Amino acid sequence: MKLELRGISKAFGSFYANKDIDLVVDDAEIHCLLGENGAGKSTLMNVLYGLYQPTEGQILLDGKPVAFNGPGDAMAAGIGMVHQHFMLIPVFTVAENIALGAEATKGPGVLDLQVTRKKIREISDRYGFDVDPDALVEDLPVGVQQRVEIIKALVREAKVLILDEPTAVLTPQETDELLEIMRQLKANGTSIVFISHKLREVRAVSDVITVIRRGRVIDSVGAETSTTELANLMVGRAVELNLNKEPATPGAARFQVRGLSVVNDLGATSLDSVSFDIHEGEILAVAGVQGNGQTELTEAILGTQPVAAGSISLDGIELVGKSVKQVLRAGVGFVPEDRSVHGLVSEFTIEENLILDLYDRPPFARGISMNLDVMRKNAAAQISDFDVRTDNQLNPASSLSGGNQQKVVMARELSRDLKLFIASQPTRGVDVGSIEFLHRRIVAERDKGTPVMIVSTELDEVMELADRIAVLYKGRVNGIVPGNTSREVLGLMMAGVSAEEAFAQADFATSANEPVEAQPVPLETTEHTDTQEGEAQ
Amino acid sequence: MSETKAPVVPDPKKPGNDLFKSITQGPGLVSVLGVIVALVIGGLLIAVTDEKVGETAAYLFARPSDFFSALWSAGTESYVALFNGSIYNSSQGFAPLLETLTVSTPLICAGLGVALAFRAGMFNIGAQGQLIIGATMAAYVGFAWHLPVVVHLLLVIVFGLLGGALWGGLVGLLKARTGAHEVILTIMFNYVALYLLDFLMNTEAFRRPGETNPISPILDANAVFPALPGSRLHLGFLMAVLLTMGVAWLLNRSTIGFEFRAVGHNPHAAQTAGVNVARSTILAMAFAGALAGAAGVAQVAGTEKVLTAGVAGSLGFDAITVALLGRSTPWGTFFAGLLFGAFRAGAVNMQITTGTPIDIVLVVQSLIVLFIAAPPLVKAIFGLNRKKKRASATESTQAGAK
Amino acid sequence: MTTTVPSKSAISVLPSKKTPIIFSVLAVIVLVSFGLLGNSQTASFSLSSAGDAFSLPDLVFPGRASNIVIGVLLAALAAYSWMLRSKGRVLPVWSVAVGAVLFVLAFLIWVVSGANINSISLASLLAGGVVLAVPLVFGSLSGVLSERSGVVNIAIEGQLLGGAFTAAIVASVTQNAFAGLIAAGLAGAVVSLVLALFSIKYLVNQIIVGVVLNVLVSGITGFLFTTVMQEDPQLYNSPVHLPTIAIPGLSAIPVIGPILFKQSVIGYLMYIAVFLVWFGLYKTRWGLRVRAVGEHPKAADTLGIKVNRTRFWNVTLGGIVAGIGGSFFTLVAIDSFTKEISGGRGFIALAAVIFGRWNPIGAFAAALLFGFADNLQVMLTIIGTPVPSQFMAMMPYLVTIFAVAGLVGRSRGPAAVGDPYVKE
Repeated sequence: MKLELRGISKAFGSFYANKDIDLVVDDAEIHCLLGENGAGKSTLMNVLYGLYQPTEGQILLDGKPVAFNGPGDAMAAGIGMVHQHFMLIPVFTVAENIALGAEATKGPGVLDLQVTRKKIREISDRYGFDVDPDALVEDLPVGVQQRVEIIKALVREAKVLILDEPTAVLTPQETDELLEIMRQLKANGTSIVFISHKLREVRAVSDVITVIRRGRVIDSVGAETSTTELANLMVGRAVELNLNKEPATPGAARFQVRGLSVVNDLGATSLDSVSFDIHEGEILAVAGVQGNGQTELTEAILGTQPVAAGSISLDGIELVGKSVKQVLRAGVGFVPEDRSVHGLVSEFTIEENLILDLYDRPPFARGISMNLDVMRKNAAAQISDFDVRTDNQLNPASSLSGGNQQKVVMARELSRDLKLFIASQPTRGVDVGSIEFLHRRIVAERDKGTPVMIVSTELDEVMELADRIAVLYKGRVNGIVPGNTSREVLGLMMAGVSAEEAFAQADFATSANEPVEAQPVPLETTEHTDTQEGEAQ
Repeated sequence: MSETKAPVVPDPKKPGNDLFKSITQGPGLVSVLGVIVALVIGGLLIAVTDEKVGETAAYLFARPSDFFSALWSAGTESYVALFNGSIYNSSQGFAPLLETLTVSTPLICAGLGVALAFRAGMFNIGAQGQLIIGATMAAYVGFAWHLPVVVHLLLVIVFGLLGGALWGGLVGLLKARTGAHEVILTIMFNYVALYLLDFLMNTEAFRRPGETNPISPILDANAVFPALPGSRLHLGFLMAVLLTMGVAWLLNRSTIGFEFRAVGHNPHAAQTAGVNVARSTILAMAFAGALAGAAGVAQVAGTEKVLTAGVAGSLGFDAITVALLGRSTPWGTFFAGLLFGAFRAGAVNMQITTGTPIDIVLVVQSLIVLFIAAPPLVKAIFGLNRKKKRASATESTQAGAK
Repeated sequence: MTTTVPSKSAISVLPSKKTPIIFSVLAVIVLVSFGLLGNSQTASFSLSSAGDAFSLPDLVFPGRASNIVIGVLLAALAAYSWMLRSKGRVLPVWSVAVGAVLFVLAFLIWVVSGANINSISLASLLAGGVVLAVPLVFGSLSGVLSERSGVVNIAIEGQLLGGAFTAAIVASVTQNAFAGLIAAGLAGAVVSLVLALFSIKYLVNQIIVGVVLNVLVSGITGFLFTTVMQEDPQLYNSPVHLPTIAIPGLSAIPVIGPILFKQSVIGYLMYIAVFLVWFGLYKTRWGLRVRAVGEHPKAADTLGIKVNRTRFWNVTLGGIVAGIGGSFFTLVAIDSFTKEISGGRGFIALAAVIFGRWNPIGAFAAALLFGFADNLQVMLTIIGTPVPSQFMAMMPYLVTIFAVAGLVGRSRGPAAVGDPYVKE
């Protein structure tokens, strides 16, 4: 089926998430929508899927204009969507989830799940999915849940399948498998709209790549376009990913994690004997695919996650067993991975958010009595220091853009003398201008001599900031390597390959031809020449 | 979330389903209009059930003017009686106002208890039970112990607050420890308290000697609030004023209040910032309970001077409407308490002079809360512009965060 | 937020200590308080009542001796559950049920053997319990219907009260009990419509609407009771009652007969309603959609299910069910309407929803338990027991507190209950 979008605009209030978008997806084509976080890709797809009504513009299917009042209309027209956050009901079985909304019935409205089970098995067999129709969705791994979503669309005979950031939660292996499934779907005549901001995947599978920036279509190009070129189109200027930071001058090991294990509520080990050091004046980046224990690691250090075994010490003081307040008082600055949930009280004013973890200590409070004057002056100073864009510090934090919210969190955490600075996903959902600003502040903190730990799933960010990189895989440290380690090696390590083997394989791959990594990516700063295996633990 | 939404659009599904925000949407004008609509509907209810209106309706088409004048007078007469009984009338002057203040006292205290819990993100439906336990402990100290002046009253107050704090704190403890929802817990605790009081009132320790009815001995003269001569107004009202000031300070200028509010809006962020969420939850419920307990003290050591099984009346539930009308701010609650106190006080006079049952107060009270909670409805009734919705939502958030 | 890496657990986690502890405590209570310190007189339970087709012998237990035996049995169960726990296993459901039944039996033996009259009719205890449970069952079904679709229903009390009032006035004026029954359903629906309108359309916090609605209905019915009903009780407050229909033959079976086959129309409707709601929720397309809307409305929306419409109709349907339940007060149980006739039973129904884990059958069982406790309280007062009736009356509330606090199993509601659904 041929899908065409003409002049689509979508406004939220005075803000245009999409503006005059034109897009043509041909029959049996894999069409990629490439753009940064926040470029407006998901909004566009929600318009296409009938979840949002376009402010202006037209959607055409096989040349005929259509209007969707809801996802039901879109589905009936042959459009299926796999959302970034899966639209599955955890307490339902696979069959119930897939039947929902398109139930087979016998008699007056009585469910007949047998029909659905049969369909699931058919599709499962055709594409080699291994999905049990009677399993509860909440018990399934993420990769399998994604397949359930794909089956859901296929059962509804989708001719156009939208995949919204499908690889964000997958390991490199699972990603390869997904790309293979996409090729198979294409061979069977399904058109695919593939949303991503990961250049390598996009180039590996797409027929056409449409780049979106700030809600507008910038260009449509072929898969042969180089990564640098795509990156430039995506961010709108020559990408200069080098901060030109001074080489680290690490001092003594100040922060030590030894044999740290965390067991979750279900009894599964989410961190398994994790050990590493961070030295004075260095940035250790923790890399890995989302969901490999990063959240548990930072939360265990902060004290919001019970520790099953191991020790965490800062300047010789044991942090395990201490309350969050005691950990913060010990000199830990903490930027959580999800600022709107853990970093800010969005209804509080900017002033209040700037002292969210300082409110009960001098000069902001004496005893239980707060000094609101000091709070105000502090806010004015921080706002100008971090260039937070707001017209009034009494506005709620929710009135700020993502980048400015992150600046508030970062300003707060960096505003006191730190003995350790931890930032999780420090620039997730932040505009490019602010990213650079925030990165410079992180490096500045390192240069003051503070040990810094950055947790990021964005390889670019890891490679840019890190002096050393620890790769987490299934809750274990799968090696600690130098900051200039190549992307291929890190990718392999993130997939569970040991550091030694990863280096060996990567050397081989540059001469042979690796499927996903079609050619070396020119975004790196340096080649991996000095492979200090001694660093790996 | 990969896509940043337009910054001004409030995210409807924030973590924790912000309770405080949900009850404070809409500007002040809507509150006033909401009160007016509620009064009009109440007036219509009075009018249509009026006998004279019924009679004139029989010949509505023959002489419609009779019908409408009967309708008008039935509605207005009741409200005039309400006003006469609560604020001013020609024979007593402003004496009814003193009665309004008396009736308001427990409403304000219990309303503060509900409001404080709201601010900490909890829905305290348990003011009723907390009030009962507070009143029970206060009354026991008041009639069973015999102590010198001042000391005795102070102890009565302390034990009343303690009783409420205990009952509220227990809910906080269960919520913090087990994650049980406070709405369910407080509803259940209300009934447990009710039956507990019922049981106690049938014991030797609580029942007045020689009485078969469940009524306690009268509290010692030293144990009750001094009253203004010639009225029922007692010093308990001063306690309500002081508590309002105290709660205002606590919420806006103390670290404890900062923690309450942070936990109320976003417990995850509060925890990450080092706030002990469990302790904050327990403390907030204990404080809320203590305030409801103060309402119990106002009843047994002020207005009633004895303990009966019906000491709480419907105060605990009225307190919820008071806090909602007052938008959970301390002074808002204070004035809402005065308004509903006036309704209560005036309703007595209204029932005597026009025969309108007191229940009409419940109707008006609940309608007011419904209307102010749904500004778009009120605006629709008055044909006001709906486009200002977003601006007003932001406005109220700011007001709430202060 | 939390990530689960599927890997083998290095540190094994033992199951919760709650169950073994509770059983141990119960064993001690039965053994010591009910047994050793209990009364040595007998407790007899009669199973037959007048009009039965055949009569069964009374069950007679020696007070102290039987409770010592039961205490030992409970202790054995406790030991068994400690043993299982040390092996990382939990007590099977059947043994939990056996333990609960044993404890209830011990309690009954203890109170009856210690009472002034050492005999109680088990048949009427059960039959009366079912009768008292009727409005609770209807109320809890209303809660289940509403909350399964994601709308908190605190307004059950108001729905019951509205139904009771309307049934009384309509059945009086029309002199037709069935007209009253239908009117009661409509009245419950009206209360629900307000709940739906404010919570779904105007996005007012659902708990607030529920609480306020209870006050509103109480105010309106109280007002109209005084201004209308009391003006002419003959005309407005003398409802015709629904007859009790005894099914010939079956109703004469001892114990079971009066419970299943000698009910008012509303009583029979109750059994039908429980079955229909259960079947509807779990076996039909409608039910799958309703549960989806209550668990993950956005997911349901992306599949073309109208979230708010579903909620609207479910809340309304719940209102009809609760309204019919309310009519039980004025069309079956009591001669005429009085203020606050529902007397807080809406909140017990809410408790039954939670204790029954949002499942119609579970809620039905919980409502029966609460009705039974209510009746037991009345009967114990008659035979003169050492237990103050107030403590028996507290039972449903205490049990619910234990349930929500997770002391007896975890009670978790539909994931999206209480959250309004707003399309961006």
